Amino acid sequence: MPGLEDLYREIILDHYRSPRNRGELESPPAVRVEGFNPLCGDEIVVTLDVDDGILQDIKIGGTGCSISQSSASLMSAAVKGRPLAEVYEVISTFKRMMSIHEASLPGEGSDPGATGDEGVDEPEAIDVAALGELAALQGVVKFPVRIKCATLSWNTLTQGLDEAASPASST
Amino acid sequence: MAQLTPAGEAGAASQPIDAAALAKDFPLLSREIHGRPITFLDSAASSQRPTAVLDAMRNYDETTHANVHRGVYTIAEEATRRFEGARAAVGRFIGAPVPSREVVFTKNATEALNLVVHSWGRANLGPGDAVVLTEMEHHANIVPWQMLAAERGIELRWLDVDDEGQLVLDNLDQILDGAKALSVTCMSNVLGTLNPIPQLAEAAHAAGAILIADACQSVPHLPTDVTALGADFVAFSGHKMCGPTGIGVLWGRESLLETLPPFLGGGEMILDVRRDGFTPNDIPWRFEAGTPPITEAIGLGAAVTYLEGVGMEAIRAHDIALTRYALAAFAQRFGSALTVFGPSDPEARGGVLSFAFGDVHPHDISQILDEYGVCVRAGHHCAKPLMRRLGVPATARASFALYNDEDDVDTLVDALEAAGRFFA
Ligand SMILES: Cc1ncc(COP(=O)(O)O)c(C=O)c1O
Repeated sequence: MPGLEDLYREIILDHYRSPRNRGELESPPAVRVEGFNPLCGDEIVVTLDVDDGILQDIKIGGTGCSISQSSASLMSAAVKGRPLAEVYEVISTFKRMMSIHEASLPGEGSDPGATGDEGVDEPEAIDVAALGELAALQGVVKFPVRIKCATLSWNTLTQGLDEAASPASST
Repeated sequence: MAQLTPAGEAGAASQPIDAAALAKDFPLLSREIHGRPITFLDSAASSQRPTAVLDAMRNYDETTHANVHRGVYTIAEEATRRFEGARAAVGRFIGAPVPSREVVFTKNATEALNLVVHSWGRANLGPGDAVVLTEMEHHANIVPWQMLAAERGIELRWLDVDDEGQLVLDNLDQILDGAKALSVTCMSNVLGTLNPIPQLAEAAHAAGAILIADACQSVPHLPTDVTALGADFVAFSGHKMCGPTGIGVLWGRESLLETLPPFLGGGEMILDVRRDGFTPNDIPWRFEAGTPPITEAIGLGAAVTYLEGVGMEAIRAHDIALTRYALAAFAQRFGSALTVFGPSDPEARGGVLSFAFGDVHPHDISQILDEYGVCVRAGHHCAKPLMRRLGVPATARASFALYNDEDDVDTLVDALEAAGRFFA
């Protein structure tokens, strides 16, 4: 049975209490996207400034639980100022970390223990070290209903990057 | 204060409930969660089932099951008798004047409300007609109307909710003017507010409108008499009243049901089918296309018998006492750090306590409480217009049933204190 300490790691609580990159960039020129978690009513606003192939700045607004808020804060710290190729890499690694158990969710009711925790400790092909502080969110996969909280800001960021890429569509 | 129905005289006479003893009737409540006894405080979402209900369903399945209504052989005839017996029991429980004709079995309250919208709504509403809803409705009593409104050009009007969680009725007559229906919850599943249904029904009828009551939260917790309510339709779900899932009820006034076209088409709802058309069956079967949830209906019949055994007056008194105790415990332990939404008077509300606790998000509250074996719901409770009115994205909600007692409230309060410390 996963314990609360798996979910609420110290880094997560820290980012929840003192969120990084909080606020909104002026849009335009920044791209502004909203994300909703229809399950719990959480709303997130991501504003981002992409220039020269680099995610120059990002700010996070909205309300949500400790997991969605800390995930957004950790995300902003992880991607801010980085080339888009690296940003996409982080997003993809994070999403893989969060999807480990998703496939086993629907049918697990009768014996939750049977799906096992093995996959969590040895995530295939995920370079957890490369995730830095984001690895603190790893424990969320043990609490399936909270995965959507953790991925909300990431899906919103992806949408924002798509929007940032579409109007100018340089190449 | 607003009351659902005029207070019964018998109220004070009934024996108080021994909740701890009743809890023993519910096998699930002996479960442990994370090594602690379960404290189940989410009965407004779905209640637990007593052995009497589980046994009745199992007994039917093991001894009697056959399809209803068409069979001549012994068990088919017995199954039909037990199924129709459940209908009679449910009808008696809600004071239906003609149980055998007025009680329609559905899948749940949602389907019951959809039945009204599709059957009554399609037969009676056209472009420019108005239907009145309230800001505290469950999505089940909003979305079906919105779907029909979009299709038919119907106007939806809204009764507001004030800061005490009561409906604003100052302009009721004006809002009802020219409306064809008022569809309103008897008890808010978020605020616990008990709406004055008889008064609303009278005003609706005076305006030439019908009144549809969503009684999902009230039927499990208060004595219900559809005649005293004055409603034309009443909808509720079995699984919130100690019955199984998969069964709900629409009660409709006989004279009104008789005028309505069928809902779904298929077997059971017809008298005759020819190449050129069909003749619908009599009520209530006209609205029950296909093989009904027979085992579940029998389970619901056993549930109302169980509730009658405990006594609905006693259940109401228990809810009031427990709510009063919980409100006092919250105030004493947390002061202004904890805000309960809805009426502050326990007599004006049901045992449904939605609250905000400091800055702690409802999801996080619910997660920490689970660690203590305490089950509360976190979210918008399928009432997003009301959440907007309250100015919150979500609330945590603890709700009581006849098997909860003061110990459960104490456990909740202790667990909340732990959650507060955790996120301090
Ligand atoms: C007031 C109210 N109406 C309708 C419903 C819908 O009930 P069901 O999901 O059983 O159809 C609920 C259940 O949450 C409710 O509380």
